[in-house]
Amino acid sequence: MTLITPSTRTMDRLLFGDNQFFGVNHMSEEKARAQQMRFQDTDAIMSVLDAAYDEGVHTFMCTTHDRIGEIADRVRADPDRYDQMTFFPCMPYAHKYANAVTDDGFLGAVRRFLPEEGLLDSIARGASSFARKDIEGVATLLIDAELKMFSGLATPVIWLQNVIVDLLSGLGFTDAFRIFANHVRKRYNAEPGFITMNLPRLLDDLDRAGVENPIVCSNINKLGFRMSGGVGSYLDAMQKRPFRAVAMSVFASGAISPREAIEWVTALPNLESIVFGASSRANIASTVSLVDEYWPEH
Amino acid sequence: MIDVAVVGLGKMGLSHLSMIKAHPEANLVGVCDATGYLLDILSKYTGVATYKDLGKMLDEAAPEAIIVATPTHLHAGMIREAFRRGIHVFCEKPLVIDPAESVELAALAEEKGIVTQVGYHNRFVGAFREVQRLLELGAIGTVETALAEAYGPVVLKPAGRTWRSQRATGGGCLYDYAAHPLNLLTWYLGEPESVSGSQLTSIFSAQIDDAVAATLHYPQGTAQIIANWSDESQRKMTTKITLWGEHGRIHADRQEIQVYLRDTAEIPEGYRAGWNVRYTTDLTEAPWFYLRGEEYSAQLDAFVWRVRSRAVHGQNDFGSAAATDRVIAMISEDATRVDARLAASGHTATITPLAPRRASRFGTALRALRGGAR
Repeated sequence: MTLITPSTRTMDRLLFGDNQFFGVNHMSEEKARAQQMRFQDTDAIMSVLDAAYDEGVHTFMCTTHDRIGEIADRVRADPDRYDQMTFFPCMPYAHKYANAVTDDGFLGAVRRFLPEEGLLDSIARGASSFARKDIEGVATLLIDAELKMFSGLATPVIWLQNVIVDLLSGLGFTDAFRIFANHVRKRYNAEPGFITMNLPRLLDDLDRAGVENPIVCSNINKLGFRMSGGVGSYLDAMQKRPFRAVAMSVFASGAISPREAIEWVTALPNLESIVFGASSRANIASTVSLVDEYWPEH
Repeated sequence: MIDVAVVGLGKMGLSHLSMIKAHPEANLVGVCDATGYLLDILSKYTGVATYKDLGKMLDEAAPEAIIVATPTHLHAGMIREAFRRGIHVFCEKPLVIDPAESVELAALAEEKGIVTQVGYHNRFVGAFREVQRLLELGAIGTVETALAEAYGPVVLKPAGRTWRSQRATGGGCLYDYAAHPLNLLTWYLGEPESVSGSQLTSIFSAQIDDAVAATLHYPQGTAQIIANWSDESQRKMTTKITLWGEHGRIHADRQEIQVYLRDTAEIPEGYRAGWNVRYTTDLTEAPWFYLRGEEYSAQLDAFVWRVRSRAVHGQNDFGSAAATDRVIAMISEDATRVDARLAASGHTATITPLAPRRASRFGTALRALRGGAR
């Protein structure tokens, strides 16, 4: 059993998420739209990120949305201001692919996102693996394309996003997890992370794929909101299985009060980090102070 | 445990495949698609038995049930293949293009005792189910006015090469998008007596509608339907319903239900006069496996259990989907009527004709399956 203690911790306790910036809200379409309006200028996103940074939340767990590219540019441009800033990219940005599949079909969509020009290596990797029906070459090219926007920035953890993880898990396509993990470790010297809505099932898959002590992010909240398999099976996994747990949706989209949510989740065994979203400095500060209170860093 | 096969590996097909393979009471026995490349990858990495021919799969893999997720114009033929062998069918929406054929297939299923279901997943969304429960309780009384909407970013440029860009193959906002809010209306209010004011508008597309508007008339009220799949102000598809009744108003989307009850209303348990809001979080139970929304898991789960218990009648059976197909056909026909409008004096009503459905179904079918969104 892996015990998370402050000395073995390599991820921050709090990771800052980006749902709020792109109109993702699991409670209300109205709130989601209001957020989309508020954050349509990159300045508005940047000022919230700055607030989080100044509250000591230095890790930004973000999608590979085009607009994150603009954020990355700004951080690169001011290394003194953001010397501790760390990105945990989540890929792929699923809507981009979903719309492309509707337009061009499955293979057409894959072709569309493969780099058109570039190193001979990537052309060879893509073309020959495409022909051999070997997904490794194509998959690694797609990963590289998604990560281009973070070039030169710290990305110590790279996530595979939940719709893809769970799609592959359902299909029984577990080789893909191994391919992702190997590539992310080798090429980016980063730890692979997996986001899922089906934690116990995914841990079995990752075992089969040979990904050891994986970082896995899933909904973990007192209400059991979107915890497939039930709260009990999640808690059991956290107690018994060797993996590094990251909790998301700890407030169940606002259905649980912040204090109650943080008190409950930080008491769980082997929790390494919490990812949360907020749109104001006051809310960020209040989450930070609750975490300091219930989950002190020694 | 039931043996299940999947035909059609587009976006819906792949997602159904993933969910059904993860279902503890389903055993995946085969996958069929026209694209050999995708089949080969699936076979190589997941070991599933793959077929390019549906008949062969049905005979060799002998599933008890199939999931049909091919372009709409191919549904009818595939359903008949399955029915001939007594195989239960889950089919993507809309059921078929010709409403007379929906009725015929529904009757055939009934006669043979076959379990059928159509993928109108909104009927498995907690908030939309709650609307139905409140209507059954008579919470807002008779519904006099209604608005059903669907918006999203599907067609945002003129080009289009897939089956969705051809009317003959089941493309268009009416079949693809408006079908969802229309299906909710037939659930809540029944079938309309008549439709009027129907307008199918092309925004980017050359041959199909990108926006739909129509009025549905019921004995005691009316409903407006507005759908637009060329609306990129929406991050993803949104479906909304608003109902005004004699005792209040209900508004619902996938995330929440907002209910205003007048003090004349008979207040259901847990509700109060004035505003009430319930969220997805309260109305939804975690499914056995979550991929892209509880409702997608829940509808397949319902199908599996109906097949196991041979429950011929159930949510979204072919009979219920046929009602939606009929309304779709009525709107389609109403939109082409030249005598349907009252023109302002000195003006002539403009009717925009849509491209007629093409007769060469076989050729289009083949082309769509080859080059389509599979």
